[in-house]
Amino acid sequence: MDNTLFFTYLIIMAGTTYLIRAVPFSLIKGKIKNRFVQSFLYYIPFTVLACMTLPSALYATDSILSAAVGLLAGMIAAILGRGLLTVSIISCVFVFITELIMNFIK
Amino acid sequence: MSAVNDFKKGLKLGVPIGLGYLSVSFTFGIMASDLGLYWWQALLISMTNLTSAGQLAGVKLMISPGHYIDMLISQLTINMRYSFMAISLSQKADSKLKGIYRWLLGFVITDEIFAVASAEERVTRSLMTGLAIVPYIGWAMGTLLGAVLGNILPGIIMSALCIGIYGMFVAIISPRAVKEKPILITVITAVALSCLFYYLPGLSSLSSGISVSICAVVSAIIGALLFPLPDVKEENNG
Repeated sequence: MDNTLFFTYLIIMAGTTYLIRAVPFSLIKGKIKNRFVQSFLYYIPFTVLACMTLPSALYATDSILSAAVGLLAGMIAAILGRGLLTVSIISCVFVFITELIMNFIK
Repeated sequence: MSAVNDFKKGLKLGVPIGLGYLSVSFTFGIMASDLGLYWWQALLISMTNLTSAGQLAGVKLMISPGHYIDMLISQLTINMRYSFMAISLSQKADSKLKGIYRWLLGFVITDEIFAVASAEERVTRSLMTGLAIVPYIGWAMGTLLGAVLGNILPGIIMSALCIGIYGMFVAIISPRAVKEKPILITVITAVALSCLFYYLPGLSSLSSGISVSICAVVSAIIGALLFPLPDVKEENNG
């Protein structure tokens, strides 16, 4: 692609993406006292994650079944107190095993 | 906890994110080179943007000239969710994470880094720096490999790696949702909304970045209205 065009676009793209993150992060210095806003900010990490995970995660692997098995295995491991990395690996392994079995059956 | 320990802890927490990014950005690399970008252009985009949905939308606009306003608007709407995350994170930042560190580390606020950081009691600059390293390298390397090599890993391995990042999300949500009913109900609301946006014709044509923003904000508002946090009169850590 033409360099002038590329860099014009890149600056707009990277500039917008950077500012939308860094400006609120840098300018909000104090603790927010408003109870509603505090509650909103308490729930937002969980809702962001939940929305990104379902239903998208079901379509992340080669089959919905393997994805569901992987997620379920991860969920059980997490509730039993395993850490992030362990849970993540358990999910991958269960997807892998499920797909191996599915390939074998086919 | 000391700065070194925080940094190490961050590094470790960043590994599953990095692995997930490697496979996601691999796909981005393949797509960018299919659209006619050079490998170094794809790499540069990933190294300066560090976002999935925004980059995907961006490269599609890039291939024809004159879409400067479109680019601005699409990046603003798709990435609006980062502002909420940044505000949320600013409340957990410890006293040393200020000034220039905020301007520098603001760059690495992605969905996943945010999620992992906000699961921590206090977010220090060491933790956040450590946390960002592996994902950043993963995102850049994946893009480069995808753009240069195309599809080299066997499909079954790629497939398994793709769930890793979601496994991590599940690990953050599940234990808290089991313990706190308000979180459980808010999360169920969020998933219901998200499914609505995914499957309903019309709504499903929205970019994933925008639907995540809308669903997450709406369900967090519902959560805040139904289950407001107990009123805290005085700050106990100044």
